[in-house]
Amino acid sequence: MLHVARLSRLRLSEAEVETMVGELSGILEHVDRIGNLDLEGVEPTSHVVALENVLRADEPWQSLPRDVALASAPEPQDGAFRVPSPQAE
Amino acid sequence: MADLEAVIGLEIHVQLATKTKMFCGCELSFGDEPNVHTCPICLAHPGVLPVPNEKAIRYALQIGAALNCEIAPRSIFHRKNYFYPDSPKAYQISQYDIPICGAGRLGEVRIHRAHLEEDAAKTIHVGSSGRIHGSAASLVDFNRGGTPLVEIVTEPDLRDPAEAAEWARLLRETVRQLGVSDVSMEEGSLRVDANISVRPVGSEELGTKTELKNMNSFRFLQRGMEAEYARQCALVEAGGAVEQETLHFDPASGSLTSLRSKEEAHDYRYFPEPDLVPIVPTEAMLREAREALPELPVARIERYEKELGLESDPARLFGREPEMAAYFEATCAEAGEAEPRTIANWITGDLTAELRKGDVDEDFTDPTVPPASLARLAELVAAKKISHGSGRKVLAILVAEGGDPEAIVEREGLAQMESDSGELESIVEKAMADNPDAVEKIREGNGKAIGAIVGAVMRETKGRADGGEVNRLIQEKL
Amino acid sequence: MTDLLALTALEAHEAMVAGDLDAAEYTAAWRQAAAGDELNAYLWRDESGAEAPAIAVERDCIAPIAVKDIFTTEGVPTTAGSRILEGYRPPYTATAVRKLIEAGAPVLGKTNMDEFAMGSSNENSAYGPVLNPWDHERVPGGSSGGSAAVVAGGLAPWSIGTDTGGSIRQPAAFCGIVGLKPTYGAISRYGMIAFASSLDQCGPLTRTVSDAALLLGILQGRDPLDSTSVGIEGGIALPGREDLSGLRFGVPSELAGDDLDAGVREVFEQTLKQIEALGGEVSEVSLPSSEHGISAYYVIAPAEASSNLARYDGVRYGMRAGGDGDLIEMYETTRSEGFGPEVKRRIMLGTYALSSGYYDAYYGQAQKVRTRIAQDFDGAFAEVDYVVTPTAPSVSFKLGEKSDDPLAMYLNDFFTVPMSLAGIPAISIPAGLAEPEGGGPKLPVGFQIAAPAFAEQRLLDAAYALEQGIGFDARPGGADG
Repeated sequence: MLHVARLSRLRLSEAEVETMVGELSGILEHVDRIGNLDLEGVEPTSHVVALENVLRADEPWQSLPRDVALASAPEPQDGAFRVPSPQAE
Repeated sequence: MADLEAVIGLEIHVQLATKTKMFCGCELSFGDEPNVHTCPICLAHPGVLPVPNEKAIRYALQIGAALNCEIAPRSIFHRKNYFYPDSPKAYQISQYDIPICGAGRLGEVRIHRAHLEEDAAKTIHVGSSGRIHGSAASLVDFNRGGTPLVEIVTEPDLRDPAEAAEWARLLRETVRQLGVSDVSMEEGSLRVDANISVRPVGSEELGTKTELKNMNSFRFLQRGMEAEYARQCALVEAGGAVEQETLHFDPASGSLTSLRSKEEAHDYRYFPEPDLVPIVPTEAMLREAREALPELPVARIERYEKELGLESDPARLFGREPEMAAYFEATCAEAGEAEPRTIANWITGDLTAELRKGDVDEDFTDPTVPPASLARLAELVAAKKISHGSGRKVLAILVAEGGDPEAIVEREGLAQMESDSGELESIVEKAMADNPDAVEKIREGNGKAIGAIVGAVMRETKGRADGGEVNRLIQEKL
Repeated sequence: MTDLLALTALEAHEAMVAGDLDAAEYTAAWRQAAAGDELNAYLWRDESGAEAPAIAVERDCIAPIAVKDIFTTEGVPTTAGSRILEGYRPPYTATAVRKLIEAGAPVLGKTNMDEFAMGSSNENSAYGPVLNPWDHERVPGGSSGGSAAVVAGGLAPWSIGTDTGGSIRQPAAFCGIVGLKPTYGAISRYGMIAFASSLDQCGPLTRTVSDAALLLGILQGRDPLDSTSVGIEGGIALPGREDLSGLRFGVPSELAGDDLDAGVREVFEQTLKQIEALGGEVSEVSLPSSEHGISAYYVIAPAEASSNLARYDGVRYGMRAGGDGDLIEMYETTRSEGFGPEVKRRIMLGTYALSSGYYDAYYGQAQKVRTRIAQDFDGAFAEVDYVVTPTAPSVSFKLGEKSDDPLAMYLNDFFTVPMSLAGIPAISIPAGLAEPEGGGPKLPVGFQIAAPAFAEQRLLDAAYALEQGIGFDARPGGADG
């Protein structure tokens, strides 16, 4: 559970972990039923629409003006997006 | 302990020289102010969707053709999920188990696969924010984010760092000649990582490999691999085991630093990208890719060796340097009697030496010595009109001042002495008479002593005699 | 003034085209009505008409519309019902909304929704639940609860929402209106904040089937910005079918479970009789894998969602918290404070399903179930023209009634999920009223009709004829409890 939380970049309190373990096991139990199905030879659906080669011509379009690009930034600095550094590895 | 051999595979990232990014129409350009080439898509705003760049697909197919790869009849994109500020969607759109290009080969090395993906943004680390709880920070510039990349992975067929660096040069030159990328390691449009392991010579098993990154020149690539090979050998010979890790090579200190972070290795949770549809290369697309290929280095090298009879070294040099190769072929075209082999030697030997001596920054597309001139010179020597030594003198003048080879020969009086004139014969006789000890030594079987007599003749004739002829006359008169 | 609001969108459109109705006056009337929102249905309203995205209007005769807050609107707050996007104003407008504005439909406002479209009751919004106009103590359904409530509650003539596993159809059923989920790929997803990319679709919520047809006609189309969009070939014409003679309707035996409320079952069976009365043929069909729809859906949707929601990391927009710590702390604090419990639950579920060692058992397997479900429908459509089911197993339930049991909440989607997985179009029309299980005033019941991919025209034609035959004219009393 904590490993999955870390992979998702979520921090769960002890109480949350407890509740979630219960909820998720209930759901997984239901979901596990599909594990018993015999689906030998069935192709998984990886694409819903039967399209191929939908591409875009290599022609430039108008980029956002920088002030618009940074308008939503929580911490703009020197024309860039400031973020904390990862902890020293 | 058995000798340990290196087993090396390379992972190469090539930034494609398209006009726009892989999944949006923002322009690619380098060195601009941060974040001036962004849009909601490459900034991963809520609700945006990717659409692949048609030119990038084309270029990937050309790379595949150049590397003799099997092209997948149907390939799809996958999401590679991980959190990092340079990855705005928190996933990179890449290809996983069905890449666009499969097994191939370039020269002696097999290609495992080549696939398309998008580049990450750039992060610059800055100092402390100055706040009370301030820690160091990074500034993210999304201009580069989304640039199309082709990742090429080789089989671990390389056995030696020098060989690997040489092959990497060949790959670079091959891709450069396709015109699909600038492939500059300094600018970052070519990145080469190495996977190295060691094993006893003769073993078929693979040892644990490490990944070596951050080498931004071929020289550093080689030195990095050499350092890692040495490290692994020392470790194994001391009874230790190589651990799988990623290492950075620092060329300044020659040291290798492990990047292995404290947390577990990434679980990328790959799954097929639902926002993109499969790539199914059509017959027309495949044909266009093949037809777009110029004569590539490997093919040229083979042609030079097999059809023109060049030796491996000059052939490979020309393969790597297309401008020099073009110069070579232009010279051959003008030279009637002189053979390609000889012309090649002139270029790679004497001409190169002369240019270096004169500190000339040669551009073979605008050559210092025009092909016609070099051709004429080569012909004169081949026809024994002048000696090779005289030829070198003429070449020096051509490099320094230019001019017409025959005029120079005339002017400098370098015409080879006629072999059937009695002049040469009498000079040889005189030289033999002047060096009786040498003559004695030759008669006794010391072949090398002939050099003294030849030297004397050459001095007397100011190098205009034909060395072979001199030798013959001496032997005759013994 | 009230007369204006009683017009359907189609009637208003025709009147405006004929010159009998002034567009500005009509829109002003609706803006005023919207201002009386007591259902918490709107998260943002355009009071003056001056704030909506400035897009050139090509025509000027389409009724103003409410837009689920999952669609980006340039310069206008867009939250997806989440705290993590509080205050966020997108730099661009979704294609679906752009098409509406260009067609002349002013945007009345952005409607409340379950956070990131995850929910079936609109109780998962960070901005408070939406109330059902029929009973203010009950839920409107979800995740397009706000979009359904404004139409049923007289706060908008029509609206657009999104449907991933039933999020248009189920609230339409709970609120007694029409809700359509088109074929996957009919309408562009560009600008529709992604929940589950292979399932999400935009669709109309309207008072009548004809209104839905009119709206679908404006929205559908291939978009170069969405490589999975195709549009509907031939476009959409207004339906005019008078009866159902010659049409075959199949009821899936696997979906006729005991988990139906008695009242819902009664209305369903009555509607089947209505179909026969109109000349249609009702028979049984088999969709063997459809009972596993929920299981497959609750692997695939959370898996895709876990990836789609990873971009909410406090770096480039939206909320940021914990920025005084290191990078991981910022990520974790931002996401933990910004996301609600249902979203976190689904992200965890999805991450787990995709993680190393579990992919084949969960995601891989679920995608195979999905293929089977699509094949089941193909098989059924060889025998019938439409597949019909109740839209939801119950009528609207009370606020808080199911919020402690996520699995119970998920089972609301039992009838709607298979069509989402197969990517085929399905519509819910109000078919009658029924008493809730615990007793009380009657509430609307929805009837779902599904058709093969891209058969929206036929679907709307049949739905229209049935709608006329049923003659549902009940309206919410509007009274609080």
